[in-house]
Amino acid sequence: MSELLQQVVIGLASGAIYALLALALVLIHRATGVINFAQGEMAMFSTYIAWQLVQWGVPYWLAFAATIALSFGGGMALQRVVIRPVENAPVLTVVIVTLGLLLIFNGLATWLWSGEVRTFPPNRPFPTRTFEIGGVVINVQDIGIVLVTLALVAALWAFFRFTRAGLALRAAALYPESSRLVGIRVGWMLGVGWGLAAALGAVSGMFTAAAFPPLEPTMMQAVLIYAFAAAVLGGIDSPAGAVVGGLTLGVFLNLVGTYADDLQNLGFPVNLEGLRLPVAFVFILAVLLARPQGLFGRAEARRV
Amino acid sequence: MGDGEVVAVLGPNGAGKTTTLRAVSGTVTRRGEVTFDGKRLPRSPERTARLAIAHVPEGRGTFSEMTVLENLRLGAYTRRNGMGEDLERVYGFFPWMRKRADQQAGTLSGGEQQMLALARALMGRPRLLLLDEPSLGLAPIVVREIFEIVRRLNQEEKLSVLVVEQNATVALESSSRAYVLEAGKVVLEGPSAELARNEDVRRAYLGY
Repeated sequence: MSELLQQVVIGLASGAIYALLALALVLIHRATGVINFAQGEMAMFSTYIAWQLVQWGVPYWLAFAATIALSFGGGMALQRVVIRPVENAPVLTVVIVTLGLLLIFNGLATWLWSGEVRTFPPNRPFPTRTFEIGGVVINVQDIGIVLVTLALVAALWAFFRFTRAGLALRAAALYPESSRLVGIRVGWMLGVGWGLAAALGAVSGMFTAAAFPPLEPTMMQAVLIYAFAAAVLGGIDSPAGAVVGGLTLGVFLNLVGTYADDLQNLGFPVNLEGLRLPVAFVFILAVLLARPQGLFGRAEARRV
Repeated sequence: MGDGEVVAVLGPNGAGKTTTLRAVSGTVTRRGEVTFDGKRLPRSPERTARLAIAHVPEGRGTFSEMTVLENLRLGAYTRRNGMGEDLERVYGFFPWMRKRADQQAGTLSGGEQQMLALARALMGRPRLLLLDEPSLGLAPIVVREIFEIVRRLNQEEKLSVLVVEQNATVALESSSRAYVLEAGKVVLEGPSAELARNEDVRRAYLGY
């Protein structure tokens, strides 16, 4: 039982990382109707920026905050410069553009930081020591990741719910025409949406580098798949769904990995540990077949 | 349009009534200039809205997944203060909105959504209201109610209103002047009472 609980806690930490990236995907999908395939590589790039800042002697948490700010600006610039020209283009065009961004960021990171494996200083952002409650060994880092994620999600929720800017962002995403008529600069709002997504991605990337070191150009690729699965599970337009989806998937995949040995001992011929990624795909597929709108999404009726 | 006037635009489908309003608010690209208060109007709706010109579009432009109160807050987007005061003013015109502030706007009836659209426009403290087909899809009694509120807004708030309407009877009753558009051209214009007596208008739009 305590083994199970322990694995659940560990799963929640990776789930939080998926949730942050899934939330970024949801924000952009809501704002511009686009699935941003570059989200993971953008997060990876942000993480390299954080690493570089730390290398230059910037204290970790300052680098953490600066990276979030830089990523926000960068995401906004991306929307203004790269996405806006294809705003009214067919979805496929925009998809290709985000795939292009994926390759560009991957190439840039490899070029700038030579693709070598890098590591952050130890015990950052959170100490990796453990403590024990009732036989469950808990890593402080896991708790830190989960708590910061939940705090970010709460802050984001309050921002969207209670502030004038948050309200305008939601309105601009869902009702661009009406929003313009009440004076909202819709174009800029969509830029802010991309900025927020890039900032969330940056946090996800920095946590990934901490929880699953080392830092390397490919480190977010699997995370992006998990984030897709989480977003699809929750309903691609539901921020709450993305968070619940991410945490659920994190726990589920961790349990798959944990009990892989037991299953093998029971005579299952496969090594499930290596099957996490395929399992995530099966997850996406199953959700799309059984409940295309996701757990939290609303089914959409469309006149044809 | 004179200050504090209610002007109606009538005409058949496709005459360019809606386009006229959209040209004023900058929702469509236009050639030529529209002036307001002696100044040229900008060519984008978001900047036009900042000049206290409110456009209630055809279909009401309801933020349907949001609450009634959120719709009203969005109406006040261009203004940074005085929202509480304006809310009271709006609740004065539409008392039911106070109790149902947290209701999702998409679940309101058509007439209620039209009133919400008016209220939303009012939150921006407009000097000119562009009103597109407020009667669309509404029962006659609700249409009367809507136009009664428009009349009160005009009298009590000195709001100028440019209203596009297919329902010529009610439009001519509640306006001081009117234009009749056909295929993009003004074919008739004059005081509303006079147009209501005009043979052609009666035959074509009033149906008697």
